[in-house]
Amino acid sequence: MSAKTTTNRQQFNGSMRFLHWLMAGLVLAMLGIGIAMVASLGDYHLLASIHRPLGILILILVVIRFVNRSLSSLPPFPATMPQQERFAAHASEVLLYTLLLVQPLVGWGMLSAARYPIVLFGSLHLFPILPHSVMLYAVLRRTHTFLAYLLFLAFVAHFGAVLFHTLIVRDGMLSRMVPWRARAR
Amino acid sequence: MAPSETNQDAKTTNGNGELLSETAPRERHPAPLTAGNMFARLAGIGVLLLAVVGAFLYLGAWFSPQKLTPARFVDEFERVGGVHSGFRRNHAEGVGVRGFFDSNGQGARLSKAVVFQSGRVPVIGRFSLGGGDPHASDDLSTVRGLGLQFSLPNGEQWRTAMINLPVFPFKDPRAFYDNLVASQPDPNTHQPDPAKGAAFLASHPETAQALAIIKSHAPSSGFDNSAFYGLNAFRFVNADGASTYVRWTLAPVQPYEAGAGASQDKNFLFDGLIASIQQHPLQWHLVMTVAQPGDPTDNATLQWPEGREQVDVGTLTLDSVESEETSPARDINFDPLVLPAGMAPSNDPLLSARSAIYSQSFTRRAGETKEPSEITPSEVRK
Repeated sequence: MSAKTTTNRQQFNGSMRFLHWLMAGLVLAMLGIGIAMVASLGDYHLLASIHRPLGILILILVVIRFVNRSLSSLPPFPATMPQQERFAAHASEVLLYTLLLVQPLVGWGMLSAARYPIVLFGSLHLFPILPHSVMLYAVLRRTHTFLAYLLFLAFVAHFGAVLFHTLIVRDGMLSRMVPWRARAR
Repeated sequence: MAPSETNQDAKTTNGNGELLSETAPRERHPAPLTAGNMFARLAGIGVLLLAVVGAFLYLGAWFSPQKLTPARFVDEFERVGGVHSGFRRNHAEGVGVRGFFDSNGQGARLSKAVVFQSGRVPVIGRFSLGGGDPHASDDLSTVRGLGLQFSLPNGEQWRTAMINLPVFPFKDPRAFYDNLVASQPDPNTHQPDPAKGAAFLASHPETAQALAIIKSHAPSSGFDNSAFYGLNAFRFVNADGASTYVRWTLAPVQPYEAGAGASQDKNFLFDGLIASIQQHPLQWHLVMTVAQPGDPTDNATLQWPEGREQVDVGTLTLDSVESEETSPARDINFDPLVLPAGMAPSNDPLLSARSAIYSQSFTRRAGETKEPSEITPSEVRK
């Protein structure tokens, strides 16, 4: 490894970038599957069968990602970012991490409260994490929809902010997270 | 500083190679955008974001108001049957039962599902009458339902919802929905418009054929001597990985007796069931009918030809009955696609739709106050 690449601290490290793009794909797929399945008769069962294990995979990945992030050093914000914008970026990161952790737990919890079997694959199923209560199920089911829309809006805001930095401010914001190794600036 | 290709990789570091400050100290300063260029870029960002939002809402059927969704389907059930707080949107009136299933092991060659290995598993069930009114008067011609939940020793579940009709009158969710719309009460007469029903039958010959088969099976006198049919085909997979298509039926051990007709008792079917089960446990044989290649697996309005292999896989015994108010069955969604490994849906379009619509009905009633049911706890005890 050359000195040039090891000293490029403008970019998130490889494991962080890998987890970011992997989860970006999974979460977008999950949002699409979620909204499509509740509006579908013919594809409902197939989509729901993907939705459950995918949600649990995202739950596992977000925990790994949070631990990995805590152990890694982060690249600085671009110098062009004013203080308020840094605060907003940080707050939106906290919101995204929180939603990615809470949303699968609400899904698991709501199926638990309704005492649906929480089937992942074949005969593999999860244990319930909440007591049996259909009222609790009803509340969590509504919460799951609300959080899904909130997560989608947070994604749109995140995407819009990166586009703004890349196309208007042109401060190389995107190069911090691109999957390939960006040249140090 | 003057940005140039040669110093692009330079880093502002101290002698030890560490970054001097938290922010990138040497930024390129791109040339300012012209107003036109800036506008085009902002517009491009706007279009991209709108496209993302639009794609998401498109998947959610926001732009296709004619598409049948679970919510629109259940809305139609509510227009026909009303909204009764805490009750199912269809098969609203019912009682809970308990018992067990004794598998004789014969089903294991068709499916590796644990429920078909020899042995006993506990069962919770619910007898019901079709329709959205939880206080309707019992009638021999009303569709009778039986929902069952088998709890397998490995934690898996099998749920099934069966009715006493030998075929289903509708081949797909759209036909079911259109029939619901046709049977919606007229706002003036408060009765369905017979002309709409006739028009539906004229455009759905498969329904007319199914109704002819249904009419040839006179309903029995009660729940206890009714046969119940799973109707939809399922794909069974055995331990060797071989797939077979099957339909199942519960054949009553209690002898058939023709219904007597009108009764003074508004709840004569449920009261008859309570009296019968309190006298002795009720039993049904669970019989699998095995399809031959070419038998329709995607159309529940069609019977399979006579002479198909029948496999009696065990006996269902129901030995106690209780009001919905105390029965765990009230809070069970008898979703026909809660299946153990070894049982899978066929290509019948009704199956996924039933799963989706039952789930929608369950979600709505779960959050509602539970009103007293027609068959009260004291009625079961008397």
